[in-house]
Formats: sequence, C-alpha cells, structure tokens
Amino acid sequence: MSFFTQFDFSVIAPSLPFLWEGLKFTAKLTLIAMSGGIFLGTLLALARLSSITPLAMAATWYVNLMRSIPLLMVILWFFLVIPIFTGKPMGAETSAIITFTAFEAAYFSEIMRAGIQSVPRGQVFAGQAIGMTYWQTMSYVVLPQAFRNMLPILLTQTIILFQDTSLVYAIGAKDLLKAAEIAGKNYGRPLEMYVFVALVYFVVCFALSNLVKHLQSRTAIVR
Amino acid sequence: MKKTFALGLTIASAFALSQPVLADTLAKVKSSGSITMGIRESSYPLSYLDDKQLPIGYHIDICNRIVDAVKTKLDLKNLKVMHQAVTSQNRIPLVTNGTVDLECGSTTNNAARQNQVAFAPTTFVTNVRMAIKKGSGITSLSQLDGKPVATTTGTTSVQLMRAHEKGKNINFKEVYGKDHADSFLMLETDRSVAFVMDDNLLAGLIVTSKNPAEYAIVGEVLNIEPIAIMFRKDDPQFQGLVNTVIRDLAKAGELDKLYAKWFMSPIPPKGANMNFPMSDKLKELIKNPSDAPAEAYNKK
Amino acid sequence: MNYHWNWGIFLQQVQSGDETYLDWLISGLGWTVSVALAAWVIALVLGSLIGTLRTVPNRWLVLLATTHVELFRNVPLLVQLLLWFFVVPEFLPRDLSLWVKQDMPAKEFVTAVICLGLFTSARVAEQVRAGIQSLSRGQKMAGLAIGFTLPQTYRYVILPMAFRIIIPPLTSEFMNIIKNSSVAFAIGVLELTFQARQMQEDSEQGIETYLAVTLLYFIVAFAANRGMALIERRTRVPGYIGGAK
Repeated sequence: MSFFTQFDFSVIAPSLPFLWEGLKFTAKLTLIAMSGGIFLGTLLALARLSSITPLAMAATWYVNLMRSIPLLMVILWFFLVIPIFTGKPMGAETSAIITFTAFEAAYFSEIMRAGIQSVPRGQVFAGQAIGMTYWQTMSYVVLPQAFRNMLPILLTQTIILFQDTSLVYAIGAKDLLKAAEIAGKNYGRPLEMYVFVALVYFVVCFALSNLVKHLQSRTAIVR
Repeated sequence: MKKTFALGLTIASAFALSQPVLADTLAKVKSSGSITMGIRESSYPLSYLDDKQLPIGYHIDICNRIVDAVKTKLDLKNLKVMHQAVTSQNRIPLVTNGTVDLECGSTTNNAARQNQVAFAPTTFVTNVRMAIKKGSGITSLSQLDGKPVATTTGTTSVQLMRAHEKGKNINFKEVYGKDHADSFLMLETDRSVAFVMDDNLLAGLIVTSKNPAEYAIVGEVLNIEPIAIMFRKDDPQFQGLVNTVIRDLAKAGELDKLYAKWFMSPIPPKGANMNFPMSDKLKELIKNPSDAPAEAYNKK
Repeated sequence: MNYHWNWGIFLQQVQSGDETYLDWLISGLGWTVSVALAAWVIALVLGSLIGTLRTVPNRWLVLLATTHVELFRNVPLLVQLLLWFFVVPEFLPRDLSLWVKQDMPAKEFVTAVICLGLFTSARVAEQVRAGIQSLSRGQKMAGLAIGFTLPQTYRYVILPMAFRIIIPPLTSEFMNIIKNSSVAFAIGVLELTFQARQMQEDSEQGIETYLAVTLLYFIVAFAANRGMALIERRTRVPGYIGGAK
C-alpha cells in the first residue's frame, strides 16, 4: 500500500490556530532581529572601517567569531550563559531574540561594510570639505547610499534569517516548525505537518525573494 | 587537538574560581514573586502540551501541589507561575543556572545527575523496553540480529541494548531520531523494526499514533529507571518542602489517584486511555518514598 | 551558579564501552568533515552548472535552472532534510522504498549529503550567476568573435574569470556548509553535534561538552577560511580586483 493514499491533510485545519501562533513568533523574531541586526551591523561595519585600531580589531574579531560557529551552538550558548552574567533567568523567546540580533549583526555588518566601501571616496572628502563632522558625513552622505545599494542583499540575508529561525527548537521556543511538530504529535500526523510547513516557508520566502528581484531592477534603473 | 584542550583548560580555570554557593530557591522565589516550572512538550502522560499549548500531565499536577505549598510557606497569594519548555539536552544546565526552579518532566534520577542536581522522591518508575509492529512477530532482543532499531539522539538506549546479555551477540543497526516523535515515525514508516525507549513514553506515542492497534510493547526489560521531579542541589530548605509535599501525597493516597487519572483514564487531547497499570516497584515506592538513583535498582 | 565542573571528563571512559568521550568527539568531527566535503562537491558541481544555465540564451534552460534555485533556497534546511528522510521514500515503489529505508548502505549519510549538497548548490548557483554577470559583455563577444562556440567561450573565457571573482562569497558558503552540516544529527548522522548531545546525556557535563564542540567547529571553519584565502591569493587576476582590497 502506498503511503500517498494514507496522507490525510484534514488534520491541518484544526491545528491552524496553533500554527498561526508559531508563524507570528517566527515573523516577530525575524523582524526584530533584522532591524536590530542592521542597526548593530552598521555600527560594527563603521567600527571595522574606523582608524581606531583596537575598535577595528574588536569588531573584526566579533564578526569572524560569530561567522565561524554554527548558529545552533550560538543559540544554545546565549541561552545557557547569559543568565550566569545577568543573574536573572530569561525565557526562551527573549533569549532567541537577543541571540538572533547579535548573530545576524555579524552578517549584516559584512554587507554594510561592502555597501560603505562601494561609495566613492570622493563623496567623503566632499562631505568633509563642506565642514561636516564624521557622523554627519556618515548619516547624510555615505550610509543612505550604502543602504540603498545593499538593499537587495540585506533582504536576501533576511530571507536566510527567516529560515534560520527554525533552529530555535533547540531551546524550546515555539516557532512555526515547533508548532507544526507539536500539532503533528497531538494528532499522530507528523508527515503531513512537515509537508505543510515546508509549503508555508516556501510561499513566504518565494514572495520575499521576488520582492528582492523587483527592488534589484528598481535600484538598477536609478544607477 | 592538544591546542583545543589547552584552551579548554584555560577557560576552565577561569570558571573554576567561582565556588559553588548554597542555593536558596525560596529566597529567590520570594524576591522575584515568581517561580519557573520546567516542562516537556511530549512526555506522555507525565508532562506534555494540550490543545491550547498549556502544560498538563501527572508530574505537572504534582508540581502544582508543590507550588501551592510554596505559596503557603511564603505567604505569597499572587505568586506568578511561569513555564519554560525544556529538552533532555538543556534541562540540567537550566536548573543549575537558575532559569528553571522546578523541573516537572520525565528525568531519570541517576548517580551522574546527582552530581549536578537534586531529585524529589521518585514518583514514577519506567522500564526500558521496545515497541514493535505486531505483524513483525518480534518478541525478544535476540530476534533483532541484522535489523534496524530506532532510538532517540542523546539517549542511552543503544548502550543498554549492548550491555544486556541477550544483546551482546547480535548485531543490530541503530538509527536515530532527533526526538521521540521522529523515532516513532521511523517505526511507523518501516525505517526500523523496533523502537527502544522508556515504556510509558512508548505507550504514549502508541495511543496518539494514527493506528494504535498496530503496535505493541514487548521484550526484555533493559533497565529500570526511577523518574522524579528535579531541582537545584545544596538547597536543604526547598528540598525539605518538596519532600514533605510528596511524602504527604503518597501517604494520603493522592498519588494513587493522580496515577489513575493520567495512566488509567482517557486523557487530552484525543481522549485516549493509556491503560498502563502501576508497577509493583512504584507501589513499593509510594509506601516507602526514596530518592535513590537508578543504579540502586539495576544492581548486577 | 551551582555547576559541578569536571574538565577531566574528556579523558574518562563512557558509561558502557571502552572509548573515552574524546574518542566520541573525534569520530564526530570525522563525520562532520566528511559530510561537509562530500556535500561541497555536489554543491560546487551542480551549483556551477545551474548558475551557468541561468545566463545562457535559452528560455527553457533558464527556467529550469531558476526553478531549481527557488525550490532549494526557499525552504529551511532542517525542513528539507526531514522531507528527504521521511517523506520522499514514501513516494517510491514499495520494494525500492523499503530498500532505501532499511538496506541502503550509509543511508543517513547519503541523505544528509544529497540534501545539504542540493541546498547549497542553489546558493552557489546564485554566486556563479552573479560572477558571470559581473563580467563586461565584451568578454563574451570577444570570445565569440575569435570563433569560439558558446560552450567554448564559457569554458575558456567566462567561467575562469567568474570563478576567480566569486572566491570570497564562495569562501563564506564553504564555511556555511561546515556549520550547516550540524543539522544532520536530526536524521541520526553520527557527526559532531550528535556526539555532543550523546556525550552530554551520558556524562551530564553539558557546558564542558558544548564548549569543546564549539571550539572544534571554530577550528574547522577557520581552517576552511584560511585554505580558501590561500586559493584566493594564488588565483587573483592581476590588475583586476586584487588591488581593491
């Protein structure tokens, strides 16, 4: 007997409220980690490019360290180790948000660094020539262009981030995948649930990556 | 490799400077106004999530009694009870680092763990056995030669099979699921012919499966494991409170009632009945509560 | 924190067996490296092919390649792995399905390598495409003008340039594949993360275990990074991008 005939997708309807809660957490985690990560990442990128050597070195080390450890391990570490320093226990959800923001900052900083370097040096000199301070040059001249040039890549990284949130199962936070697994267990139908979440992830990511393409063609015209 | 080790030692010496201090859970609960229960998501019927994602189960009920006693003792009517899902990987670090005050899951009390944490008197006893499909005709370990056998990553079932006298001379192929549900899925989809695990977990997976009549729990008992509620060690005050609550529940016959409610009657979410009678070992332990580790039950 | 530290644990014997915990971790490291390297071969070969196909002047080939990329990069790796392992065999004929599930040699390893290879091939393909498209159109035209066929132009003109340009992003992807191989524990490949979980369950010294494993991953990923940096230096195109560093 083929397994296909045994597939029963009717279990999905009663689990939808469950899955919706999971998707909401996944979305929230993605959005916070994206905005926080881009903000911190930009600061890190500026630090790496700054002429203050210790600052540049510290930023380089942070970025390389984060990029050399599996995300799964980083998630576990933040969850287990932060309470030792703060002395306060922390829920899995808060921990996931902090971890992803700190982790993604490393990746976003590499993108922003490339973006900043893509702005011609003359523009910085021009800013300085008209009497702007470092922060003014950065925030009015360089960063807006860097951000605009890198928008498609920033979004692509966000799609990866959205997918990577599925790893929070390791600390018991309830994201979309976890919700699907729990629903699958309760109804004895794990396979249907795996297929269904794969579809949900695909639809969301595909829509986002088409948005990226759209943006790419628009920024291309501007240039 | 040597370099790794040296680095590890350096970090170790940095950590080792912090000497263990006496834990005081009650003071922590009093100052924060909240207590955190560690829960499992699918340890039927000891600790799992219902339809609304709320933790329920035999151990959750017992923990709620302990929380009530904490409320009375500290005179905190508005004590906030928080739930933290734990896994078999993170439950012990979470208890030692203070995230979880009371772990109400399905943790085996053994000697290695007693180095890290303390256990309440044993409230459940599980036997490690195997689940099979009835059609396969398997009834003993000795029939598993050359066959794939499933178990869950990070559990020690395979070592138990190797250690058992009937498992010594046979050569089975072990396959691993990332959690119990995936391991059961391996049995269901014929990736394995048997799934070796705690019998109450097997029974729970069977009743919630697509076709419960298809499976049976059979074979030799590979290990007897006392399951207990877990908390920080070196905390005599809190330990005293937990012990008193459980001894009182045992004496008053409350544990028998809770057992019947979760193991012998229909339970959420599907209203299935585990039909899992109380073992003689547990009956004995309800008469004489004890927190002896698994090693005391499996003397060779 | 009331943690009982025991750094000698790595040299102690496991609870039932003759090996030490260190042996477990080393054998896990071996599997991690094997999975990553085998998957990297698939990802490079397939990714180069698919990435090239996305730039050729044939609508159907482009569509085929685009579908491949979108399919494999829009679903989380862990979910893909579970689909390959649990769902795909159910669509095979019964005998073949049983063979795949029970008798196929090294089935977890093979599944993990195929899955990780395909997942990464989509990302490599995007980089190869970006590399090809970053070349000026004149290079392709020059190749065709001196009488090369289109495949020859790709082989001798476009691809050798494109690959050198994309070595930095490929380095990141190579490091990613090593780190991503850690999801393979979910289907029971006995790699480093798997051994870590087993060791922490067996020894109850979780923090020491995870610290050691994190260091091992770091060392391997860092070695990969240095190796690629060497290749990058050796293959740098003079006067092209090297100076921009």
